[in-house]
Amino acid sequence: MKIVNLKVNGVGKTFIARPETTLLLALREQLGLTGAKRGCAQGACGSCTVLLDGDPVVSCLIPAMTVDGGDVATVEGLADGPVLSDVQQAFLDGFATQCGFCTPGMIMSAEALLDRNPSPTRDEVNEAISGNVCRCTGYEPIVSAILDAAERRRAGANL
Amino acid sequence: MPRVNPIDGDYFRDERKDGDFKVIGKTVQRSDALGHVTGRTEFFEDRTFPDLAHIKIHRSAHHHARIDAVDTSEAERVPGVLRVITHRDVPSNWYVVLRLIGIEPNDEPVLAEDRVLYKGEPVVAVVADSEAAAIEGAARVRVSYTELPAVLDVEEALAEGAPIIKQAGTNYFVYEGHHARRLRFGDVEQGFAQADHIFDWRYSSAPIEHAPTETTGCIVVPQSSGRLLIHSNTQAAFFTLDNTALILDRPFSDLQVKGGTVGGGFGGKVDVMVEPLACIAAALTNRPVKFVYSRAEEMQVSSPRAAERIYIKDGVMNDGRIVARKVMLYVDAGAYSRHSPYGTTKACAHLPGPYTIPNVYADCHCVYTNRTPSSAMRGFGVTIADFALESQMDRIARALGLDPLQFRLRNAYRDGDLKAHRKVAEGTALIEVIQRAAALVGHDLPEEYRALSSTTPRGEAA
Repeated sequence: MKIVNLKVNGVGKTFIARPETTLLLALREQLGLTGAKRGCAQGACGSCTVLLDGDPVVSCLIPAMTVDGGDVATVEGLADGPVLSDVQQAFLDGFATQCGFCTPGMIMSAEALLDRNPSPTRDEVNEAISGNVCRCTGYEPIVSAILDAAERRRAGANL
Repeated sequence: MPRVNPIDGDYFRDERKDGDFKVIGKTVQRSDALGHVTGRTEFFEDRTFPDLAHIKIHRSAHHHARIDAVDTSEAERVPGVLRVITHRDVPSNWYVVLRLIGIEPNDEPVLAEDRVLYKGEPVVAVVADSEAAAIEGAARVRVSYTELPAVLDVEEALAEGAPIIKQAGTNYFVYEGHHARRLRFGDVEQGFAQADHIFDWRYSSAPIEHAPTETTGCIVVPQSSGRLLIHSNTQAAFFTLDNTALILDRPFSDLQVKGGTVGGGFGGKVDVMVEPLACIAAALTNRPVKFVYSRAEEMQVSSPRAAERIYIKDGVMNDGRIVARKVMLYVDAGAYSRHSPYGTTKACAHLPGPYTIPNVYADCHCVYTNRTPSSAMRGFGVTIADFALESQMDRIARALGLDPLQFRLRNAYRDGDLKAHRKVAEGTALIEVIQRAAALVGHDLPEEYRALSSTTPRGEAA
């Protein structure tokens, strides 16, 4: 067992991690952040994607003990009150959700992409979400929404 | 930025009044999308409960075997294991989900009794404090089997001398005393005799797993009232409630299902697979209990779309008219009925496809094998039948050197045609759909085919 201190969505959090506790389980069951989903628990579906120190990671494969001192971003931290992030708004406007189970992971992968590449090509978007499975197979609107978000972000930055 | 194409109002204009469409053609936001993009949509597993217990299953190691002995003593000694559940703990162990619409007999046990009919069939459920202890407990259940000959192919299952795997005595579902759901219209043999060409081909499909991103699961919470509250991702809340109550031998009013939020279903979450055992475990331990499939279980034991085998024999005239169609269709239900008797009926109802054919004969078999039980998936029964029917249409067109769209238009059903099921066709639109599709892809149709209409009675044109 280990006491873990980390920042989650900018706020300091402390919890006790057992050896088998994954970052996903700590977020969901100890910190009450259920936006990241358990789809496969083996790193294959991307439903549990969060950002760890800015990088997209599959939180189901990360032992919680190893993230002491880290900085984690989840889908719950994106909106500013009722104001959605540009990625969230683009997903909403572009009808890029169906059952919604993959959506938080998709959005976090998209956030990570746009943070390091403000003008991605369609191929680069495909690559960025290649680890996120959407079984409703709504990939086209998702990719379009991410390109749309990039455009919104660039337009905002130019103001 | 609406990405919705405007509705083309040209077709069937006389069938509706101006202003009928208030929503169609307009952009309307989904009511659940805001929850989806903010992560606030509450899926069943997003609820946490203190003292939550977990279920894992010991599953059959064989396709077909007699169970000689079950030893749970070692499982019970695993630290954290609260309870081991066998078929003796299930008040009414035998069920078929479709009994709610009159299908019988009950052909599937919640937990296996003296035999297993497929690899992965649940034999013993282990309830434990933690998921890890439940996994360990399930692994330590010891079952002694005597293997029996397995049947893994639909036609082998129906062949003479095949081992009978079902207690009801036949390897097929009995439809009102018959071996298959049957369709008889006209005289198919006479149709073949008058035809210029006969085409007889075979089609087959493999099982298809839905693989929803969220695996099948539920959490059952005992209430102070004595009722059981079921948080489930079922696609069929009322089927689940009623079947679970029947299995528990308790009044329907003892159960409440909260659901409707499904992380991908596609038909894969309409069986009643997790709720009965979770309810039994919750009642026995008086604790909230979670039963959720691992990804491996979802892939291996959740019901897939049935494998099908379809033989289509057609009699066709030189001008492209189909005068007779005979279909022998086999749905691989796997070991148990689940929704397959209904899916097979749907397949039969779909024949002979959207074509007007004067002589039709079909036997649609719902066949039991020692494979994973199949069940509902997106248009089950119809989808694979369509694959076979439309492949057949393309192959005939190619063989006769006909344009595949003209060949379909020539045989397309129209309003007023008597279908093989003795129903008069109405609201048909195949002709218009083909015409529009042809125009969209730049496929030229001769004037006589462009002039066809679903509402023109047969015989007046083409």
